[in-house]
Amino acid sequence: MNHDDIIKQGTKVYSRPRLMDDRNMHYCPGCSHGVVHKLVSEVLDEMGLENDAIGVAPVGCAVFAYHYIDIDWIEAAHGRAPAVATAAKRLNPERMVFTYQGDGDLAAIGTAETIHAANRGENIVIIFINNGIYGMTGGQMAPTTLEGMKTATTPYGRRVDLNGYPLNITPLLAQLPGTCYVTRQSVHTAATTRKCKNALKKAFKASMEGRGTAVVEVVGTCSSGWKMSPADANKWMEQHMFEAYPPGDLKDTL
Amino acid sequence: MTEEIIIAGFGGQGVLSMGKILAYAALMDDLEVTWMPSYGPEQRGGTANVTVILSDSTISSPVLDTYDIAVILNQQSLDKFESHVKPGGMLIYDPSGIHHKPTRDDITVISVDAMTATIEMGNAKGYNMILLGALIKARPMVSIDAVLRGLKKALPERHHHLIPANEAALRRGMNLVVNE
Amino acid sequence: MNEEVRLMKGNEAIAHAAIRYGVDGYFGYPITPQSEVLETLEAEMPWETTGMVVLQAESEVASINMVYGGAATGKAVMTSSSSPGVSLMQEGISYIAAAELPALIVNVMRGGPGLGTIHPSQSDYFQATKGGGHGDYHLIVLAPATVQEMADFVGLGFDLAFKYRTPAMILADGIVGQMMEKVVLPPVRQRRTPEQITEQCPWAATGKSGRGHRNVVTSLELDSAIMEKNNERFQRTYAEIERNEVRFQSYYTDDCDYLIVAFGSVARICLKSIEEARKQGIKIGLIRPITLWPFPYEAIAEVAKQVKGILVVELNAGQMIEDVRLAVSHEMPVYHFGRMGGIVPNPLEVLNAFKSHFNN
Repeated sequence: MNHDDIIKQGTKVYSRPRLMDDRNMHYCPGCSHGVVHKLVSEVLDEMGLENDAIGVAPVGCAVFAYHYIDIDWIEAAHGRAPAVATAAKRLNPERMVFTYQGDGDLAAIGTAETIHAANRGENIVIIFINNGIYGMTGGQMAPTTLEGMKTATTPYGRRVDLNGYPLNITPLLAQLPGTCYVTRQSVHTAATTRKCKNALKKAFKASMEGRGTAVVEVVGTCSSGWKMSPADANKWMEQHMFEAYPPGDLKDTL
Repeated sequence: MTEEIIIAGFGGQGVLSMGKILAYAALMDDLEVTWMPSYGPEQRGGTANVTVILSDSTISSPVLDTYDIAVILNQQSLDKFESHVKPGGMLIYDPSGIHHKPTRDDITVISVDAMTATIEMGNAKGYNMILLGALIKARPMVSIDAVLRGLKKALPERHHHLIPANEAALRRGMNLVVNE
Repeated sequence: MNEEVRLMKGNEAIAHAAIRYGVDGYFGYPITPQSEVLETLEAEMPWETTGMVVLQAESEVASINMVYGGAATGKAVMTSSSSPGVSLMQEGISYIAAAELPALIVNVMRGGPGLGTIHPSQSDYFQATKGGGHGDYHLIVLAPATVQEMADFVGLGFDLAFKYRTPAMILADGIVGQMMEKVVLPPVRQRRTPEQITEQCPWAATGKSGRGHRNVVTSLELDSAIMEKNNERFQRTYAEIERNEVRFQSYYTDDCDYLIVAFGSVARICLKSIEEARKQGIKIGLIRPITLWPFPYEAIAEVAKQVKGILVVELNAGQMIEDVRLAVSHEMPVYHFGRMGGIVPNPLEVLNAFKSHFNN
């Protein structure tokens, strides 16, 4: 039985999003990036933004986002995506400009660019994948790493006396008058994935309407970095990550 | 014709703007001109000076070691620049801030009591224009007409109502200098 | 109005020239002695007239990455700063060069190292001409000596940047930034339309609209074989620039017995020294490199054949002298005279330095 036979036998209910490339991803099994990529591809297609979108890719695991989603992309230096997006949007105000950033990119090296772009109310969407660890460089501590969490650079667990507290940056962004919509989502169940998709739609729409900066945080898993099976990682996320980073809307002015 | 001029005094005495109006006057008279300030924290009350060069040919260095004319508004500037006036050159100074007078006898030294004149006119902001009037009378490198047109060009429109007061100060300064 | 002669500072001339050239965006952060560039742009409000975007960024790091983002969409974008700020920009400049983006960066140099001084310097010559950031790349470096050149090099810098798809830098100093001179501003040009940008920059990430395939602007390539090919392509571009774009100015070189090499406003100080020397019967010539990269090696080598020695005058501890020595292959005495820390030598000091080296 081949691919076509399967489709012939019934009604096609699901397929690879049209804007997603048919190629193997470099993401690990269980990684949240693949799901968020799929949602971004679907939302851009459904909203008719394929030709208007300019994505800004980060440094981090999603550095190759431009290999997977069939729109124009700019690959930014580490942490600078909001600055890159600021100029791309201001110079091309009719385009839909979004950044796709991890926790190290957005909340460590790029904190200034993140806060100032949001504070200026740039009409961009910031998609923020928070999995509490540096995946690409091999599992080091991120600004959002939880207290006690073991990483390559906190081998005995994060200690606040040595490493400071986990940085909960999204509520900070919600406080800024420049942001119009700040939400925290996850993609570990079908139901939360659907909710996350709606949040992305809402954010892209707000950006196109010039309402200000929209921030969609997705609390995700890094089963490789966390050294867990994908299933265990999902459970651990619900038990621990959600305690520090509870899902829900933090600000909605729309 | 080339005139190499240093104007030096305290920040706040209008040294830089005096040089600027002179530069604009040169522009009006189709001369080449450079205006090179000492810039930075000096602008906030320390010493300030500006080098202005006017010429009918291309100007090379905007930075000089000797000057045809020095306009000196305080003692520190006199101590610093008196020896840098070219032999046969000119030194104009306001005696009100000077305790040790210039001693050179190979240059023309002109004392212009601009501070007293300023007080008499009751226009503190006219101080530097009195000195500029004295300068262009002592060494007619640009016409008063060019200075007035330069003023108009240099000042933003909203300050054009100040031009008559400035003209009065300029003419007062011209009257303070009696050429031989 | 295009031919109107105006009096302004070099920094102001850059701002006015940028508006008239049809620059799409300026992103900058205040730092002495170049803040007048941003101040003038904000006062002129070009967004009301040409539609030019002007933005005060939160840092020089943000500024240069805004330039990267704007350039990636094919727009003509620029920034300006002074030495410490330009150090902060080096990472971004390397990315711009590696992504083969046209952009203009202005450095109105002040004395370093460190926070240093706000007074004039030329101590960023190495940084500007030898790369500055990481990796094998070059900027086209233009060194203005007059306010007129400050204005003219904005257009020239962008023309070269777009021609070769590489960033260009105006390397000025605090003197030419802060001094006022007469200037004829360049003619007013319309900003390019989106259609013109698409035609001129088919690589730009403008949204896929009408193209059918995606454009990706990136400096990343993990396949070393491809990355080496990319580097070879950069080097071919640099070689072409070296063939085509060397610019310099010579004074009194027909009959000179000695040569001074100086750039920027220092060249003008030296010119006055040379005129004084000639009155004293000492025949000195001057070469002023206008492009510091590509450097006028051949022009200097040619004049070097006839002279007894060369003096390189710079506001630094001796940077351009290395290129002058390369030009003449150590065949003759090449001396350096420099002042540092924001001190500017006057024409007499330069002449005395010359005499002390060449026993005149």
